[in-house]
Amino acid sequence: MNRFFGFVKKEFQHIFRDVRTLVILFGLPIVMIVLFGFVVTTEIRDVEVGILDRSMDEISIQATQKIFSSGYFVPAGYLKHEKEIGDLFRSGSAKVVVVFEEDFGKRMQRENRAAIKLITDASDANSAQLSLTYLQGVLLTFLQSMNQDIQVPWSVNVQSRMFYNEEMLGVYMFVPGLMAMILILISALMTSVTITREKEFGTMELLLASPLKPREIILGKVTPYVFLSLGNALTIILLGFLVFDVPVRGSIWLLLLECMLYITLALSLGVLISTNARTMQMAMFMSMLGLMLPTILLSGFIFPIDNMPRILQWLSTIMPARWFIVIVKNIMLKGTGFAYIWKETLILLGMTIIFILASVKRFKIRLN
Amino acid sequence: MIQGEHMIEVRDLVKKFGSFTANDRLTFYVNKGEIFGFLGANGAGKTTAIRILCGLSYPTSGYIRVAGHDVYREREKIKKKIGYMSQKFSLYEDLTVSENIRLYAGIYRLGRKQILKREEQLLERLGMTQIRNRLIGQIPLGWKQKLAFSVAIFHQPAVVFLDEPTGGVDPITRRQFWEMIHDATEEGITVFVTTHYMDEAEYCDRVSIMVEGRIDALDTPAALKRQFQSENMNEVFLKLARR
Repeated sequence: MNRFFGFVKKEFQHIFRDVRTLVILFGLPIVMIVLFGFVVTTEIRDVEVGILDRSMDEISIQATQKIFSSGYFVPAGYLKHEKEIGDLFRSGSAKVVVVFEEDFGKRMQRENRAAIKLITDASDANSAQLSLTYLQGVLLTFLQSMNQDIQVPWSVNVQSRMFYNEEMLGVYMFVPGLMAMILILISALMTSVTITREKEFGTMELLLASPLKPREIILGKVTPYVFLSLGNALTIILLGFLVFDVPVRGSIWLLLLECMLYITLALSLGVLISTNARTMQMAMFMSMLGLMLPTILLSGFIFPIDNMPRILQWLSTIMPARWFIVIVKNIMLKGTGFAYIWKETLILLGMTIIFILASVKRFKIRLN
Repeated sequence: MIQGEHMIEVRDLVKKFGSFTANDRLTFYVNKGEIFGFLGANGAGKTTAIRILCGLSYPTSGYIRVAGHDVYREREKIKKKIGYMSQKFSLYEDLTVSENIRLYAGIYRLGRKQILKREEQLLERLGMTQIRNRLIGQIPLGWKQKLAFSVAIFHQPAVVFLDEPTGGVDPITRRQFWEMIHDATEEGITVFVTTHYMDEAEYCDRVSIMVEGRIDALDTPAALKRQFQSENMNEVFLKLARR
């Protein structure tokens, strides 16, 4: 046991003496979560809007004020002619232009109908779509308040509620996704690199020729990363909670236990990669391309799985992150217990066992 | 010689990689306390054989015993009794001199007091007491090599395997290195060393010369020179290679 402890200590020394490792280990999770939390949002804020008001009456001016007081939009200037719209979009100083037709107010009062044209720069389709939706919402509310005195024979009042994420915060999506990504990155990438490093530097030979058993060597190399990854998982949960108010509604212990399972899976994947890679570069390449990208693209982290082509949906079922994200969301956002996630847990457990068996087999082949 | 006196005993060792035969029916023994030179050109199959003897890979067939144990069934016992220094330089660059020594000593389960005492002695002998807390990456190659050897025999193994230990080292350091090897045999350690520097063969008690996976010659350096009517081992080797 003492011998094993000494070996683990050495691995910690490797980690704490390498600046690059430290940056990846401790800097990356924090940078990622702050980046995703603050910068990459699906909400809109301060969208520049140009106004082309051909009417300039009381109602159109009121409508304009409503738009800018909503908090989502800022003025990008008043236009005189439709021709200016193109220049405005090309210079990038506005994303949307609102056009009020001539005699907007009069028509509205006399004919009870008037036209507003919304023109948007759709070179960024997502934010264009979002801006339009928000703008229509603002304008509708305004016009309804104008028409309160008008009697409508009947009306349907649609009330929608967003369960588990009432405010539709993007950060609720990113915390589970980031956890899945960062844990697999750190656990799998770092272990595969540290093991292949021993191979590349020739120290692995020495260890194998020593009384240390192969499983002791692997366990010794992996143990520090178990603790560090768990620390990372806690950091993410804590940052999510403190900075972005992402709750943990279910049991934190169950969440940590599931994290442990996922970390074990990622570590065994890292070991499997290291038995196949000869050099550190190769290990890094395999982890990045083989794990990182599919995890980001296919796990449902960013792109919804239901919208994928059938074949990619099948592919996503072999992504461990996909199942882990479901588990984390269930525990953190819905507050569900084990009864709702046992299937996903079982899948992760099965994958872990397969990876470990495959690594052991590869390792034996290499010795022969 | 009595069988029990042989530290290494190899009969008809064959190692194949697919259809390629890396070791073709090697047969030799190594006496206790002997320096046995395992010579050959690059790619002759030296490293393959040494890996098998160290328990790093299995032979395809043959009878092999190291330090009295069978390489098929008693690997664990063999590993406790051998030391190994590989071709690639094999200490941890980001650990200090002292940390490297203690790491390996710990792996071989030496007691704490014993480790501290022997570490002092070793650093004293190597003249490295001043730099014990320096990272390995910061000390010259020659020193690293000497330290790597000292670490390989720190647990006083029965046999130490040295795979091209003097690669890339200057002649003076090589000379000193061989003196260290010689000192090790005084302590009763058997040395099995591969090299492709033929002048180093002169330091060995007996040498075997491998050509294309076979052992073509095996005797004391003096006897080999006589047999091939050569001035030095380099000539012996060239004559063998041309045959």
